[in-house]
Amino acid sequence: MQAFFANPAVSWTLLTTGGILLVVIWVLLSLAFLLLADRKIWAGVQMRKGPNVVGPFGLLQSFADFFKFVLKEIVIPAGADKVVFILAPLISLILAFVGWAVVPFAPGWVVSNLNVGILYLLAMSSLGVYGIIMGGWASNSKYPFLGALRSAAQMVSYEVSIGLIIITVILLAGSMNLSTIVEKQSGWIWNWNVFGGGLNNLVLLPVMVVAMGMFYISALAETNRPPFDLPEAESELVAGYQVEYSSTPYLLFMVAEYSNIVLMCAMISVLFFGGWNPGFPTDFLSSWHPFAANLFLALVFYAKICFWFFMFAMAKAIVPRYRYDQLMRLGWKVFLPTSLVLVAAVAAWRVFGPAA
Amino acid sequence: MFQRITQAVKGAALLDFAGAFGLAMKYMVAPKKTVIYPNERNPQSPRFRGEHALRRYPSGEERCIACKLCEAICPAQAITIEAEPREDGSRRTTRYDIDMVKCIYCGLCQEACPVDAIVEGPNTEFATETREELYYDKERLLDNGDRWERLIAKNLELDAPYR
Repeated sequence: MQAFFANPAVSWTLLTTGGILLVVIWVLLSLAFLLLADRKIWAGVQMRKGPNVVGPFGLLQSFADFFKFVLKEIVIPAGADKVVFILAPLISLILAFVGWAVVPFAPGWVVSNLNVGILYLLAMSSLGVYGIIMGGWASNSKYPFLGALRSAAQMVSYEVSIGLIIITVILLAGSMNLSTIVEKQSGWIWNWNVFGGGLNNLVLLPVMVVAMGMFYISALAETNRPPFDLPEAESELVAGYQVEYSSTPYLLFMVAEYSNIVLMCAMISVLFFGGWNPGFPTDFLSSWHPFAANLFLALVFYAKICFWFFMFAMAKAIVPRYRYDQLMRLGWKVFLPTSLVLVAAVAAWRVFGPAA
Repeated sequence: MFQRITQAVKGAALLDFAGAFGLAMKYMVAPKKTVIYPNERNPQSPRFRGEHALRRYPSGEERCIACKLCEAICPAQAITIEAEPREDGSRRTTRYDIDMVKCIYCGLCQEACPVDAIVEGPNTEFATETREELYYDKERLLDNGDRWERLIAKNLELDAPYR
């Protein structure tokens, strides 16, 4: 028996499976409460109380919603392509969750410490559009089709500037491994990438602040959040690509959407705000139990994710929806040139600056 | 040109967003306006036009004299009245129906009534499970009158100076 577990293949498989389960459960549980927080923040801005009936302060609202969704009947339209119709939400959900594999929660706490973690993340979030297009096409109905087309165009447009902004971070860190990027930002708060990543790079502060702002806005567009929620603009397309979906498939789409949002929050934290680094030297942690130290750092990371989710929720509450041509203009005529200039500036600093 | 540049700079600096964010935070900490409905209620005007009721005199005699003014004025034609003399010779209704589905709660029936018999009371909670339950007859309306008389009388008294 002991020999069985000592086999590296077996122990690796068990450890990885355990890690995946932990991350999925953590993400799902967080989603339940972040969804409630989203509604509460939105309600708060409108001077309402939000959901407050199920459980204390409405804390169990998401679980009640979950049961409501699951217990309802799945309606598949007569003209729909059944296989693709059911496949679409599954693909959305899977692609939304596989991205979490490379997100480092604390030193060593990462499912897969990929050397090209950022490329992997980009690839997975680009693939996410397939679920939406398939859902819109398989519904065989006008609104979902229009919503899916809009979504495809929007995600492709903003993917470009997100990729370019990520290149600035890669140039600063000199690595595509997310754990390495976070470790480079350890120490005092000015080592975070949003401040240029170190005191001798402080010249880059304005560049990186602009990059962070653009990343935030592009992330809103990438995850189809207001003010860029054109794929599901309810005043124009009812619910966009989700119109024909009901019950569990709809729930899967929604979980995928929110998982993507939280993943984007995690990415902003990792790339610009030092991931698990609290903003001051963490030498005092060396006297702690390693597990407790890692837990502390993971909580710091979680707090950052929550802060950025709060920003996402606030954007939903205060910003009116963009028109479609404005959205495309912003993506291609403003963000693309600006992010190219940012990449050029950071690259020039790395080549000709004192750090070179 | 200059205006366009300043506008672009303002937009790039996310000034609108920051302003809206500040305002939103201000409202987020402000007292909530939510009324927890079954336990809390909003104040109601004495003129509130809710569920209908047929009133009685303190002696127990019903007020309605079957003049049919309410039936005539009802813009939705929701009221149906039939009348004939009672054994003691007084004019009374034998049938007084209100189709609560047709009713638009305009209050013209209670304006038209010379004896304050038909009134719209303060009650709003008369949802039913079937449509048929909303076809009120005389018995139901008189019962409403008995049930809500105290509140209706108080509201009429409060509103009297403005009539």
